[in-house]
Amino acid sequence: MPDLLIELFSEEIPARMQKRAGEDLKKRVTDGLVEAGLTYASAAAFTTPRRLVLTVDGLTEESPNTVEERKGPKVGAPEKAVEGFLRSTGLSMDQLQVRDDKKGQVYFAVIEKTGRPAAEIIAEVLEATIRNFPWPKSMRWGAGNLRWVRPLHSILCILTREDGAEVVPLSVDGIEASNTTEGHRFMGAGRFTVSSFDDYVARLKSDKVVIDPQERADHIWADATNMAFAQGLEVVEDKGLLAEVSGLVEWPVVLMGEIGEDFLGLPPEVLQTSMKEHQKFFSVRDPKTGKIVKFVTVANVETPDNGATILAGNQKVLAARLSDAKFFWENDLRVATSGIEVWTDKLSNVTFHNKLGSQKERIERIAALSRKLAPVVGADADLAAQAARVAKADLSSEMIYEFPELQGLMGRYYAEAAGLPAEVAAACEEHYSPLGPSDDVPTADVSVAVALADKLDILTGFWAIDEKPTGSKDPFALRRAALGVIRLILTNDLRLSLDYFFDAQLLRHEIEVTDAEEAELLNEMLTEVSQHGVLGSALRTIIEKLDGDGPAWVAKLTDHAPDVSADLLGFFHDRLKVYLRDEGMRHDVIDACLAMPGSDDLTLLVKRARALNAFVATDDGVNLLQGFKRANNILTQAEEADGVEYRFGADVKFAEDATEKALFAALDAQQSAISSAIEAEDFAAAMQGMAALRAPIDAFFEAVQVNTDNQVVRRNRLNLLHLIRETCLQVADLTRVEG
Amino acid sequence: MSDTPRSFQEIILRLQNYWAAKGCAVLQPYDMEVGAGTFHPATTLRSLGATPWAAAYVQPSRRPTDGRYGENPNRLQHYYQYQVLIKPSPPDLQALYLGSLEAIGIDMAMHDIRFVEDDWESPTLGAWGLGWEVWCDGMEVSQFTYFQQVGGHDCKPVSGELTYGLERLAMYVLGVDHVMDMPFNDPDAPIALTYGDVFRQTEAEYSRFNFDAANTEVLLKHFEEAEQECEDILTHPYDDPKTGKRIIMAHPAYDQCIKASHIFNLLDARGVISVTERQAYIGRVRALAKKCADAFVQTEAGGAQA
Repeated sequence: MPDLLIELFSEEIPARMQKRAGEDLKKRVTDGLVEAGLTYASAAAFTTPRRLVLTVDGLTEESPNTVEERKGPKVGAPEKAVEGFLRSTGLSMDQLQVRDDKKGQVYFAVIEKTGRPAAEIIAEVLEATIRNFPWPKSMRWGAGNLRWVRPLHSILCILTREDGAEVVPLSVDGIEASNTTEGHRFMGAGRFTVSSFDDYVARLKSDKVVIDPQERADHIWADATNMAFAQGLEVVEDKGLLAEVSGLVEWPVVLMGEIGEDFLGLPPEVLQTSMKEHQKFFSVRDPKTGKIVKFVTVANVETPDNGATILAGNQKVLAARLSDAKFFWENDLRVATSGIEVWTDKLSNVTFHNKLGSQKERIERIAALSRKLAPVVGADADLAAQAARVAKADLSSEMIYEFPELQGLMGRYYAEAAGLPAEVAAACEEHYSPLGPSDDVPTADVSVAVALADKLDILTGFWAIDEKPTGSKDPFALRRAALGVIRLILTNDLRLSLDYFFDAQLLRHEIEVTDAEEAELLNEMLTEVSQHGVLGSALRTIIEKLDGDGPAWVAKLTDHAPDVSADLLGFFHDRLKVYLRDEGMRHDVIDACLAMPGSDDLTLLVKRARALNAFVATDDGVNLLQGFKRANNILTQAEEADGVEYRFGADVKFAEDATEKALFAALDAQQSAISSAIEAEDFAAAMQGMAALRAPIDAFFEAVQVNTDNQVVRRNRLNLLHLIRETCLQVADLTRVEG
Repeated sequence: MSDTPRSFQEIILRLQNYWAAKGCAVLQPYDMEVGAGTFHPATTLRSLGATPWAAAYVQPSRRPTDGRYGENPNRLQHYYQYQVLIKPSPPDLQALYLGSLEAIGIDMAMHDIRFVEDDWESPTLGAWGLGWEVWCDGMEVSQFTYFQQVGGHDCKPVSGELTYGLERLAMYVLGVDHVMDMPFNDPDAPIALTYGDVFRQTEAEYSRFNFDAANTEVLLKHFEEAEQECEDILTHPYDDPKTGKRIIMAHPAYDQCIKASHIFNLLDARGVISVTERQAYIGRVRALAKKCADAFVQTEAGGAQA
């Protein structure tokens, strides 16, 4: 059984693409081989900046002979159909067989394929793989038409058997496959011949190439941590950077260097970001002080001076970079301490979105909303508004211009430097959170207020201009913002009616207020909204007051604003469903709770849903559902048949049977307990009470015919069932729960 | 092993000699204000069409927003780029490039040279390519690009483009920390000049001009005029009524495109272009570049059959 070795040797492949490319090479080639009838024992892919490598062990020598029978059209079928069949089978008319089938005579094709040698199949599969390789971005070069990630220089493709290696003959756009390759660009000794995978790995190692990215990464990490440890320091872990750096070198040489006294006073995050983003350096920390004091860089070459020249060069570049950072930091501190509002004012020149105004305008809206949200989250309203006003000030700073990823964090440093309250400084950093689904959720009240306002503003804004996420397109990360709001509310157990805040913020978007009279109107409207909590009624009040001749935007609002906020709540509910489903909650349980009023109070909604979800899994849960459904089904059928709703007047005095009386009594006994439990939002206790009704309900149905001839008794019984339905529906729309 | 050069101009001279020896036509800088060496028609226009091409040149480049009054150790509003363009890109272009580093005194045995992914795109030229920034000991010393599209046209064959930021590269090779301290000519010459002797004053003058004095109304007018002129030039029929020959005025039109692009950069430095307007201006320059490219591919140098 031969082993296959493939190496595709090119100019430098971007580090971020290497891993995936190795996987694609392995999958495409092995799938192709198997599809063509070969089998193999194992396969593995490796990558370096200049090569994709695949080794396949225990390949079969040839594909087997096969016979395939395919049924075709009936004899006498239209010519077109027969032609199509011939084309698809590759046979001619006289090669077809005619056989008797249930429906008459039918053409059959018997396609015999003789097995082919492995080399022939490999050549085809590899060529197809190269020509159709799924690079995220590929290019042409020179005068050719072949596409690869960067110019492809050589193809090594050999089959190794006990008696030696055979080159698989193959040519792709003038590149002939061979049994040769070369080592390291600067430390290798030119091209050499390869006879097997083991030979390949060994020869490359002596020519200073490690083909396994994991081995390179392990080597880098081991050397870096050892060097740091020897000096009582530790390397700041960064898996992404480690993978990237392993993809930039064929022969990692780890070097540790000095940052320079002048720069040690910079915030550690600035040092770390600057070194990582610009230089791909690891940060080395002093565990005693937590400060970043050195760096680790990874070179691709061994030098006679043990990297001294390389390290000196890197230190020089770093010093230049950090002088910039230091310059920015010092300039920024000067601005922050002399009046941080200069930065916010500057943001009036920065467009947030051409339909949603400037960053400054956005900040003003967020501040207004933060003030409204403050009492709900238990924050001081003035502090919340102040925090919202400075939270994005750092966007104007020089440091953020250079390192946008430090936004928020620098805001905190600058707010602290400006002597602002600690809550405000914390909000600068925390108001962007949570970003990802596993990101920490802020809990400090001022931070929570601004974080909510920030996200609600962006959501209502894009809803107001009707630019919602569609499919995979969500350029402003609105799904993430909605999930952020959900997590902020749930984690902090906040009770708020989202609808009300949607409406208030939608108004702020819709209206570009320039003149004073309109500004007054807007204020009046917002006051109305805060009283009624509903945009529609607020709007009516205003319109009545205006008596038909208000500004044009008022009419615009009546057209669609209320629907917009309902639509946005629907979006939140969709995000919440995903969130709860990830938590393992049943989808029918979620739907049953969403159907209840007050579903814009997410904390209540989730409390209800969690209680119901837990309850339906218990015996009592089954009791509750069975009892409710039995009562509800009979009632619904009767209502449909009679065309009326039975809602009022159930009276124990019309009860005939003992079980009927017992049911009245049970309802009577449970009802007040259930109501007060619901009042207290103790949904589990409420459901416990409802479950207790099952036995009397069952006994009742057992003994009594609801649809009796006596109409008075019948109506009374249906009204009694209505009482059961009404009682049970207080907790959730149980008709939506399965089982 | 190459010996180390001693001045800025020696590095330039060595590059000129190296690429001349490798068969490039050593051209002179284009006589217009441009933002980068790529704008030279020897790169933009000549990368189009099938006619083979190999050129190398120094191009003075201007980036008004980078002005720092001559005080910043690295940033300049006027600087030099060294540009090489070869079409079709030769298979050994990486090796040729590394040879040029050796020629200016960078010893491959002592330094760490790396090709780090950096795809190039010029929104104003409607051009893009794939390649790398080349690092020497962690410092970016060149941009290396395989052009895929220019002026909206696919590059067939593909040109290989090398761009060296000369000041930065020279500072590194010469071991200088502040650009103004860098020897411009031989430090032992009777009249030894530093980069600062040549450019410190002009950097200050232009920084002030670019940031505060350039008349934006005039510039806005010039932009419109250049745009109009570019389009007008291209509306002339290909056949010249006077000579009776087919003369497509792609280069004169492209000059106006360059002009519009530079004026846009100045307006940007003056801070009078808002974020949203910015995109629109870039789009207008790109439209001109496209039209010039369309015209150029109709010419003989652009590969059109006579």
